[in-house]
Amino acid sequence: MGEKTKVLVQGITGHQGSFHTAQMLEFGTRVVAGVAPGRQGREVAGVPVYDDVQSAVDKHGATASVLFVPAPFLRDAAFEAIDAGIALLILITEHVPLHDTLEVLAFADQHSAIVIGPNTYGICSPGARAKLGIPPNRIFQPGPVGVVARSGTLSYEIVASLSAEGLGQTTVVGMGGDRVVGTGFVEVLRRMKHDAETRCVVLVGEIGGSSEEEAAEFIKGMGKPVVAYLAGRSAPPGRRMGHAGAIIERGRGTYDSKRKALEAAGVRVAEMPWQVAPLVREVLVD
Amino acid sequence: MKLYEYMAKAVLREAGIPVPEGRLCATAEEAEAAAASLGPVAVKAQVLVGGRGKAGGIRLAETPAEARQCARDILGMTLKGYVVDQVYCEQRITPDRELYVAITVDPLLRQPVFIASAQGGVDIEEVPSKAIFRRPFPLPWGLKPYMTRQVACQLGLPPAVLSSFSDIATKLFSVFRARDAELVECNPLAVVDNQLVALDARLNVDDDALARHPELPRTEPETQMEAAVHALGLAFVQLDGDIAVMANGAGITMATLDALTLFGGHPLNFLDAGGGAASGPMSHALDILVSSRPRAILINIFGGITRCDDVARALVEVTHRPGGVPVPVVVRLVGTNEEEGTALLRQAGIEAFTSMREAAEKAALLANT
Repeated sequence: MGEKTKVLVQGITGHQGSFHTAQMLEFGTRVVAGVAPGRQGREVAGVPVYDDVQSAVDKHGATASVLFVPAPFLRDAAFEAIDAGIALLILITEHVPLHDTLEVLAFADQHSAIVIGPNTYGICSPGARAKLGIPPNRIFQPGPVGVVARSGTLSYEIVASLSAEGLGQTTVVGMGGDRVVGTGFVEVLRRMKHDAETRCVVLVGEIGGSSEEEAAEFIKGMGKPVVAYLAGRSAPPGRRMGHAGAIIERGRGTYDSKRKALEAAGVRVAEMPWQVAPLVREVLVD
Repeated sequence: MKLYEYMAKAVLREAGIPVPEGRLCATAEEAEAAAASLGPVAVKAQVLVGGRGKAGGIRLAETPAEARQCARDILGMTLKGYVVDQVYCEQRITPDRELYVAITVDPLLRQPVFIASAQGGVDIEEVPSKAIFRRPFPLPWGLKPYMTRQVACQLGLPPAVLSSFSDIATKLFSVFRARDAELVECNPLAVVDNQLVALDARLNVDDDALARHPELPRTEPETQMEAAVHALGLAFVQLDGDIAVMANGAGITMATLDALTLFGGHPLNFLDAGGGAASGPMSHALDILVSSRPRAILINIFGGITRCDDVARALVEVTHRPGGVPVPVVVRLVGTNEEEGTALLRQAGIEAFTSMREAAEKAALLANT
């Protein structure tokens, strides 16, 4: 994703779709077309609207799509985008049924499409003036820090605190808050490892699941400094998926296990969100 | 949404998976009548939490009179915070051996996974990893019989039960798929004379898919407050301190609790108003926090989709009502439409913080003095 990426918005005529299309354009994102079945011929914030993804792709050459489609229709819309050759899908939609997510991810795999989300705030590259998603525009600033997070507002909090300290970002990626998402910490970290402009990475995790532990394994061989914040050290134990879920996690998923795994991989773990920026400054100086 | 055992078993039975015959009973007399027609029974508390056997929620009865006594003992008892108001009386079966089978989703593999163990009937968390076999598979293709045969061989099952094991596993997948399940589990799956029977069953259905399952029964949250919050589409967790907390987003809500705790505060509950909260539900959410009788309220909003002016309007509306908010409210408000929101609050005499740290420190101080 970069300044040249041509972006499609699916569900562009809805309340969120139209508001955030305008916000993305203001940020500098090249939103070239929108899709809303039955609304062809309209314009939203100056962007032409089509009935279907294929027409929009044929006409404008979009390669990425941001989906604001309501949850019951998300699966169909994502399949349509993948079928039309869209290579990067940002699924903003919340409350997508789990089985729909699994189907979309299996189809995306077959077509080598990348899926971020569902239930993500999207991704943003401040230097490329490209934002595919919904975070407030003004929290970002170009710079050398990569940020990858599970939770939305908590990343805004941390990105804003980095920017306030003059620590800009290469790319900020929200993986999405659902239990199953298309792109995890490891895939994002792998890209950040090979991105020459990213000098250090901030990982924003939380209790539950075991993706932070998995990330820690990758970080051991990453060769770039990583600072982490983990939410939930004081929270009651996270929701359990019955016994079968407990098997998958097997004692992983607690604050202590995540912190231990990350520290063993050389990650500096901040106790509180406002301690992230000072730690980033330290590792950048080192 | 978790289903009660008797509901889960009805779904399995419909899919062709053998389950013992049973009756749902709300009184000791009904249990007595059930035992009179079923013979020796297991009397099982119907609750939505695991571990009920160890907690005394399952009793065995030889005669109708015993069943009546067991039901009388179990009905009304409290299991892990849930009051038992129904028991399931089920024909007793003595297994030759007990297996564990389940289908759930592995978040790291992003696929469903078939899980089985030859050590069923006990808490599966206590079974060593090497005795548990896992077979991930792609959802659109489904769990194929050959995969289940592979697992059956790993379990060391005798040839006589191989095909019925495979049959039951395939049917479990059809339940998993057709009901949008997050988990379907039989523990134990009993082997009796080379026949398989599901002695216990769990079925957890994806909340986000409930709209397309009108055929499934609904189970309700237990407390009124949980029900009220649930109806608003918000997340709520009860804790045991004295500061009520509202924030928008799971991560920032947890971070807010962490910060409060750091400064010596004790959260009473937390309410995650979600990323897209509008002012209508927001004022209901505030009402819920006030009704939980805290010593202070901390509101931490970083506006993205949520707009600060909407939050401010809801807060002003609630504080201006008769009765208002009888405890100190500390607000931290930044993000989309921050200036409008802060100005609205200032007009109403409420000063908003921009720093999460300062707001958490202030709330902890107010609650502790």
